[in-house]
Amino acid sequence: MAFRFNTRRICTGKLWSPPTSLNGSRTSKVTPGWQRCRSVASTASAEKVLFPGALNSEFTDTLEFIRPANQKAIPTFRVLNQYGEVLDKEAGVDTEDGEALELYQNMVRLSIFDLLMFEAQRQGRLSFYMVSAGEEGIAIGSASALSPTDVVFCQYRESGVYMQRGFTLDQFMNQLFANSKDAGLGRNMPVHYGSKELNIHTISSTLATQLPHAAGAAYALKLQNQQQPEVPPRVAVCFFGEGAASEGDFHAALNIAATRQVPAIFICRNNGYAISTPTSDQYRGDGIASRAAGYGIDTLRVDGNDIFAVRRATKEARRLALEDGGRPILIEMMAYRVGHHSTSDDSFAYRQKVEVEDWKRRDNPITRLRKWLEGRGLWSEAQEKDLRSSSRKEVLKAFEKAEKEKLPPIKHAFSGVYEHLTQEQRMHVVELKDILKRYPKEYDVDQHEGGASSLDQLLDEKR
Amino acid sequence: MPPQTPSIRALTRCLLRPQTSLHPHYQYRAQSKRHSSAVAGARLNGSVEYDTTPLLHHTSRAALSNPELPADIRNGQTKRINLYTAVNEALRHALQTDERVLVFGEDIQFGGVFRCTMNLATDFGTDRVFNTPLSEQGLVGFAIGAASEGMRPVAEVQFADYVFPAFDQIVNEAAKYRYRTGTTDVNCGGLVIRMPTGVVGHGALYHSQSPEALFTHIPGLRVIIPRSPVQAKGLLLSAIRCNDPVIFMEPKVLYRAAVEQVPVDAYHLPLDKAEVLKTGKDLTIVSYGTPLYTCSAAIAAAEKDFGCSIELIDLRTIYPWDRETVLESVKKTGRAIVVHESMMNAGVGSEVAATIQEHAFLRLEAPVKRVTGWATHTGLVYEKFIIPDVTRVYDAIKKTIDY
Repeated sequence: MAFRFNTRRICTGKLWSPPTSLNGSRTSKVTPGWQRCRSVASTASAEKVLFPGALNSEFTDTLEFIRPANQKAIPTFRVLNQYGEVLDKEAGVDTEDGEALELYQNMVRLSIFDLLMFEAQRQGRLSFYMVSAGEEGIAIGSASALSPTDVVFCQYRESGVYMQRGFTLDQFMNQLFANSKDAGLGRNMPVHYGSKELNIHTISSTLATQLPHAAGAAYALKLQNQQQPEVPPRVAVCFFGEGAASEGDFHAALNIAATRQVPAIFICRNNGYAISTPTSDQYRGDGIASRAAGYGIDTLRVDGNDIFAVRRATKEARRLALEDGGRPILIEMMAYRVGHHSTSDDSFAYRQKVEVEDWKRRDNPITRLRKWLEGRGLWSEAQEKDLRSSSRKEVLKAFEKAEKEKLPPIKHAFSGVYEHLTQEQRMHVVELKDILKRYPKEYDVDQHEGGASSLDQLLDEKR
Repeated sequence: MPPQTPSIRALTRCLLRPQTSLHPHYQYRAQSKRHSSAVAGARLNGSVEYDTTPLLHHTSRAALSNPELPADIRNGQTKRINLYTAVNEALRHALQTDERVLVFGEDIQFGGVFRCTMNLATDFGTDRVFNTPLSEQGLVGFAIGAASEGMRPVAEVQFADYVFPAFDQIVNEAAKYRYRTGTTDVNCGGLVIRMPTGVVGHGALYHSQSPEALFTHIPGLRVIIPRSPVQAKGLLLSAIRCNDPVIFMEPKVLYRAAVEQVPVDAYHLPLDKAEVLKTGKDLTIVSYGTPLYTCSAAIAAAEKDFGCSIELIDLRTIYPWDRETVLESVKKTGRAIVVHESMMNAGVGSEVAATIQEHAFLRLEAPVKRVTGWATHTGLVYEKFIIPDVTRVYDAIKKTIDY
């Protein structure tokens, strides 16, 4: 008797008093093991299944496979049609005229920047480049609808996000030339931009790895949002292509984002191709958006050539993502990759030139917005000419400036691997120094800022 | 609590103690006793005497005499605990003192399949200690993302054998994050990835691996393997405080077996120093983790039989490792053996042996011997033939001394 009384008393304390958190943060109840292990079978007359794996399922006596082929495809949301006319006159566009003009100018600037850089690579002045032709609206539109404090993870075809957030032409160029002013210290391939001030994480070439990062970062933001209620809440946003969505990391990220209920927006740019692979070789389902339901994530498919739709979708996604403490959202933005995959790719080896020309002529985010602007009398041919020539000049100016800069100091080959230089690295720096000294004609150290002496600085740095 | 009779208290304690999990991985202790590898009549290959081994601090005084401990700890209290409890205490302290610390992984919330995260979810809330879906690449990527936004996540991979799905995230992302971000200085240095490692008697192919050498080939990572509860606590706390991503590998066979006196309060052990466990003048043995106990037993037998004196070094941090301590020792003794469980080719021993050859060439009186797992997988019933045991280390000592 005494024993029973004692155990029950102790159990009571354990199970029903809210768990104390020693750091004072909010805690949710930990369900004890016996409560989670629900019995599997339900009573014979029950209408609902009680299997723990699908609690809302109902029994059926019809044998019917769910066949994706029989389902209607997810519709594509748009605000403007391809002639630049607003479809729902009542809702209209939720963008001021000035704002729309700015977005348009940014898209044009980006496309000119892309054109010139692509050419520069063709002339051998850059090692590599990737354009975002046809997808300017997705990057610029979504970035403009986010808070500047929101954390962004990019794949590589989102230069527009950087541009919209205020990455300067000089910063773009310094990265492309990997010169001494490059924030990445000349370590990354061109187009792998990053900026702490703009809250955009540095791009890595590995596809889809940024998706679980975004989930984790969003979780960090969620906790920080809870801990600092006076600071406006933030979300994490992650861009990726439809090809990257085939990686295991896509699955891992969406699943963990859903189970942890993180305020993250996953934006897929479905542009029809992953290098040469058409979507028909990439997946058989209804694009990427249809997968969200399987993870229990709210989703939307958007016309990526319609910047107003992109903006409205992103705004609403951000609101939903922060609702009830946070939840992930997936948006699939449809587009067509007008340019080659990269400067190392000739896309006419796997698709017809006429198809591309067709897309260029028929519909793209820039011309569609231009039609709308012209319809409202906000834009003219003269203004267009002006913008194009001034943008060209600005880009070329930044280009020449960046090209003249020296390369970053050699010491940065070693720094930043660890927080501090390791003993082993120290040995290697000494050895490299010795080689450079004894074979001066074999290396051009002077194109690097500080020449070989930067290695000494590194060795002098105290641990 | 009202006074109880001792018998009832003992009974309640017994019944309230977390019962053995149904998880198949969780029955090692009982089984390893049953599968004791000791052969009747074996002189060298007995079972490891954890209760008397000189590698563990059996008295409070021994534990506190460690010069690496700060003064206040050395004047403090100790408690006899095993390795999983030491890990638990380190995590508890980290969660308590730094609200950026998160602990997560598969089956963490109920205490972990090895009990390392016992009671943490209850005490710190499931916002900070939680289960993740069963996806190593997901949970490691999640940890990297959280770390890049200023948290200090301690992610657990249930077994080192299952870290490979996360290899891309570890190699291409975690290790390179600080380097590639350059002056923007965004990094995932707060990250620690814990994983049980090494053989356990009957782990076969996928519960026995020691993949540390794969991680030591990646600049940007720190790889740490503790050998005892004192180390596990001090090194894990240092790992969590360290601003580089750390792979923290816990020898799972020691979780319950290695019991010693451990300072009650929190303390940190250095991440770049090897530890000389026993001094000697004829031969240096370098090892880390579980094989240290094998080495210790082999040394005892060899010293008795051959009248030699052998120095034993625990590498402790496998990468970046302490070359100085090892070289100093080998320059003194002139002979070296490296012992580890994973296979020889491109293993940690290769790096240690090559370094010794490079920097102590003139002092060497015998080739550096590597005693390691053979070039095969750990088939269930063959483990005792594959993993270095006392006999093989003993024989290596004999051959190296006689060379």
